[in-house]
Amino acid sequence: MAEFLRIAFAIAAKDIRLELRSRTALLSAIVFSALVLVVFNFARDPTALAAVDLAPSVLWVTFAFGAVIALNRAFYVERENAALDGILLAPVPRSALYVGKLFANLAFVGVVEAVALPLFVLFFNVDLGHALPGVLGVTALATVGFVAVGTIFSAMVVRTRFAELMLPVLLLPFMVPPLVGAVQVTAKLLAGRPLSEMMGWLRLLTLYDIGFVTLCILVFPAVVDE
Amino acid sequence: MTEPVDPPLLSARGLVRAFGALQVLRGVDLDVRAGEMLAVAGPNGAGKTTLLRLLAGLMRPSAGEVRIRGQRPTRDDPGPRRAIGLLSHHTFLYDDLTPAENLHFTARLYGLTDPAGATRAALEEVGLTARADTPVRHLSRGLLQRAAIARALLHQPDILLLDEPFTGLDAPSADRFRALLAAQLARGRALVLVSHHLAEAWDLATHVAVLSGGRWALEGSRPSDLAAFHARYAELVHG
Amino acid sequence: MTPELLAARRIVRRGQVLTVLGLLAAAAVYVIAIYFTPVEVRQGPAQKIFYVHAPAAWGALVAFAVVGLVSILYLWLQDERLDLFAASSAEVGIAFSLVMLTTGPIWGKTVWGTWWTWDARLTLTLFLFFLFVGYLALRAAVQDHGERARFSAVVGIMGLVLVPFIHLSVYLFRTLHPQPVLLKPSAPSMPPEMLRALLSGMAAFTVLYIGFVVLRYGLARLDNLREGAGDAV
Repeated sequence: MAEFLRIAFAIAAKDIRLELRSRTALLSAIVFSALVLVVFNFARDPTALAAVDLAPSVLWVTFAFGAVIALNRAFYVERENAALDGILLAPVPRSALYVGKLFANLAFVGVVEAVALPLFVLFFNVDLGHALPGVLGVTALATVGFVAVGTIFSAMVVRTRFAELMLPVLLLPFMVPPLVGAVQVTAKLLAGRPLSEMMGWLRLLTLYDIGFVTLCILVFPAVVDE
Repeated sequence: MTEPVDPPLLSARGLVRAFGALQVLRGVDLDVRAGEMLAVAGPNGAGKTTLLRLLAGLMRPSAGEVRIRGQRPTRDDPGPRRAIGLLSHHTFLYDDLTPAENLHFTARLYGLTDPAGATRAALEEVGLTARADTPVRHLSRGLLQRAAIARALLHQPDILLLDEPFTGLDAPSADRFRALLAAQLARGRALVLVSHHLAEAWDLATHVAVLSGGRWALEGSRPSDLAAFHARYAELVHG
Repeated sequence: MTPELLAARRIVRRGQVLTVLGLLAAAAVYVIAIYFTPVEVRQGPAQKIFYVHAPAAWGALVAFAVVGLVSILYLWLQDERLDLFAASSAEVGIAFSLVMLTTGPIWGKTVWGTWWTWDARLTLTLFLFFLFVGYLALRAAVQDHGERARFSAVVGIMGLVLVPFIHLSVYLFRTLHPQPVLLKPSAPSMPPEMLRALLSGMAAFTVLYIGFVVLRYGLARLDNLREGAGDAV
């Protein structure tokens, strides 16, 4: 187990170093998220719908699209010089590769979210205040879910011809439960509702995370083993 | 009383590999012992690269098995793969990282106890210490080749698989590379070398085999007469 | 004439027979639905779309479950034929989903004035449709058969695990945002003629599903053999 995690961390650290060196994917995702927020702002009629009603949906659509942009990167870097073969040659369990990529992706999507959230607060004049810890918590919970599924799908689509198109086509149905849950919980947090009203959704999110991370760890070897 | 015989470092029995309905390898056996080098020749499409990938564990055979020191590497026990090093057309290096960073990562993948030390030693051995901190992207072809070799040998593999390693090497580099191979053999390693230019490694090879149509068309100890072998090869493959 | 070729042709023939049976059964169901069921008071004759709509949804769900379960079998047994069967089920499933997704809005518009409602059945079938699209699009984008089979199996299994979560999401959503009560014949108190027609519809569509899948699977086996023959050295 310790060995497994050590290798996963080594892979994640390598990915983070690579991204810090080139920065392209991260910057694209951040800029994209900012643009989405700007478009949302101009696309609504301020008199018709209060910002606070629309806010949770806007936030999560932004997070979702930003994540999809960032996710394609993970296995794309392994294509140059057949680097993936280099990893598969080594005596590492295939699932350790998945977990390493998962950690790296969580870091990247986390950074995108960390930039998008303050921008969101700024553009939409949302008063987070008391709700901030809760919003951070539900963000982490939902993000683990769709990044777990996005990571395994990105491993598959990177070998296809239309990778950037295939990933959203495959991933979006899987993003719905965590997104719906996250939007509902965020809305209730912003409205100051009691925790008891969110328990159902929080349970859904937790179950989704546990279920899909476990499933992805189990089936990932089938994706990379020829 | 007979001496117990150690299993060969690398052996394969009945290797078959099909892609859909296309059979690329149709039953291949081999044994390579410490200090031996098997040179494999064959026309394009004969299955040479597929054979190497099967031996390296990058691909699963449709039938047959590969054994390393008599043990089969399995999903749950990938340990035996540690003994294998592969040098291929691809360098397995990340362009945006330096050779030092690439090797350090590889060392961690292989669970080496002193990644920094192993990296330093490998860079010195191939003469890359001066350029150890230049991103791989900016290295010349020759230096790139050296970085790839350093990566392949970093974990001291007992078995070296080489896919057309002489391609694109000028005469001095080829000489240096031959010396490196000789040193590996002297250390008791087992080598499998796939090449179109058997002449380059002829003197080092202990065994030679020709792969044609997914099977061995010829195999055995390396004969002393290269010209006769070329004639025989032409007959087998084009006749 | 190799044994595999004979086997594939036999499968195609069986598929054709089952499909014809299924079509006849479906035609019989239409007749029953139009002439032998009562006209529902509040919705009028348009309610009878239900006898096609619900069985099609059932067929899509069965198709999806088969894809998921056969995918698990494939990863375990590594038999290429299992992959072909799963793919055939996906193609039939997408057709059934489309039937459901077109009859649904037609029914909705005619009876309740809205094209779409986010009720449990429509939502689930919409998701099945998207999952089928993703599955088949991925297959089309991958050249190597082995890789295609492995990737499809992974998507199939993950889709199967997703379905309960979709269900749970819809359930939680509806308890929080109760939809206006829509009168649906799926309520327990259904007159016996309606129930009979519905069950016959489900049975007919099940036979139709099996027929289509077997036929498609047989054709896929034939295609596979033809490709192999072309590559033979």
